[in-house]
Amino acid sequence: MSHAAAPNWPEPGRPVPAEAMLPPSVAVAGLNVIRGRSTVLRDVDFTIPAGRITGLLGPSGSGKTTLMRTIVGVQRLTRGSVSVLGHPAGSELLRHQVGYVTQAPSVYLDLSVEDNVRYFGAMHAKGRADAREALEAVGLGELARRRTADLSGGQFSRVSLACALVAHPQLLVLDEPTVGLDPVLRADLWQRFRAMADAGTTLLISSHVMEEAGHCDTLLLLREGALLSQLTPAELRLRGRTDDLELAFLRLIQESGTPAGSPTSVQDGAS
Amino acid sequence: MNPLMMAATTDRVLRQLRGDPRSIALILVVPSLLLAVVYFLFENETLPPGVPRTFDRVGLMMLAIFPFVVMFLVTSITMLRERVSGTLERLLTTPIHKADLLFGYALAFSIMAALQSLVATAVAYWVFGMDIKGNAGWVVLVAVVNAVLGVALGLLCSAFATTEFQAVQFMPVVVVPQILLCGLFVQRGQMNSVLEAISNVMPLSYSVDALQEIAANTEATSAMAADLVVMAAFVVVVLLLASLTLRRRSR
Repeated sequence: MSHAAAPNWPEPGRPVPAEAMLPPSVAVAGLNVIRGRSTVLRDVDFTIPAGRITGLLGPSGSGKTTLMRTIVGVQRLTRGSVSVLGHPAGSELLRHQVGYVTQAPSVYLDLSVEDNVRYFGAMHAKGRADAREALEAVGLGELARRRTADLSGGQFSRVSLACALVAHPQLLVLDEPTVGLDPVLRADLWQRFRAMADAGTTLLISSHVMEEAGHCDTLLLLREGALLSQLTPAELRLRGRTDDLELAFLRLIQESGTPAGSPTSVQDGAS
Repeated sequence: MNPLMMAATTDRVLRQLRGDPRSIALILVVPSLLLAVVYFLFENETLPPGVPRTFDRVGLMMLAIFPFVVMFLVTSITMLRERVSGTLERLLTTPIHKADLLFGYALAFSIMAALQSLVATAVAYWVFGMDIKGNAGWVVLVAVVNAVLGVALGLLCSAFATTEFQAVQFMPVVVVPQILLCGLFVQRGQMNSVLEAISNVMPLSYSVDALQEIAANTEATSAMAADLVVMAAFVVVVLLLASLTLRRRSR
């Protein structure tokens, strides 16, 4: 497993922050997840630094969602260990501290936007002011009273995000939060993610759009259920000998020996 | 268990319902309309003196059966949506306890059921002059317990359906046999021993027994209390089974 990783993950030009000395938020060791007869994750090892944005990238079907679900604690692991904020993943102690936004927005369509956020906030003893704040943070302050079902796709996924933000989690796990959003909104959200990281939140964000990788402090490259590499965007550009992150990722895959054209399915249980 | 999370769940479920005024109207009005049908169906029956009207017997039982059927349907579909939309999985990553969620649901729909049976009972008494010996308050209580039973069974059955279509198909499996065997059509004592034995393990039978006690006695009887206890026990067992279907982790 190539870990061309940790020592210099802050971007050049960014000051090395004090939290670089903090213990990692997530430590994954020897993780294997087998669902049914297919191996979804194979011998995965990595750590996620605290107060940083970690990007989880890979083609669809590479196991990104399963990895996130395992960290959040809703997916049972077959072998290995996943430690989150010092506790085993899924521990009851983590339920106040870990926020999870699934790929398909999981909110109540027949509730108003604000009622959705207030309900999830109530699970963390948060009130109306907190719900308002979370809605402002995702730019939905003016739509608070609107029925969620009447929103557009992009607004919809931001309601889901607000439902996670309202709890002020220490670790926020976001599964493809920018899918289907227009470029302006995407840039806006990445800015908010950056602000949250600067305020000390650890973010794990999956994407299959390589250009978004540039917003992250460190990248986990996943392919066919195995961790290809953990590196910074700068290192990825360097190793791929190009500024184009997508091309760099493709070159990395080629170098890793697997033919890039082979089907990326892990469902067949191959190897 | 956390009463705040339970209350938040009840509040949320009621707000969801509030967004759907047509369903509320159906829940509140339909039972009264069906009571009217039963009333006019037996309007011209000729009875020997001293025999109670069929409406007093059948209408009374319908007061208890409506909330059971309606709440079973409403709950199983609402809960199924919760499972399918991912909101359930999301909720179970938060500190909410399963009991907060289940009792929150049960409380919200019991409130609806209480309203429903108040309307239906009022119509039965004041519009159609239903004539029973016992107190109408007991009838409403039995109706509410029945509604909670419907909620509990709906929560449980939603685990075995993957679509709303399947969820509705559980009605002929879970609800109809109970209506057939509860004593509405044939007194349970007059059934053959196999059917009677089956009816003995069906919760709805006990609510009909309780209603017959209420109809025949001016004061609450211990038999009625025993029937209510049996129904409450059914509710607790079914809710426990339902809580087993809420898993925080998938394999």
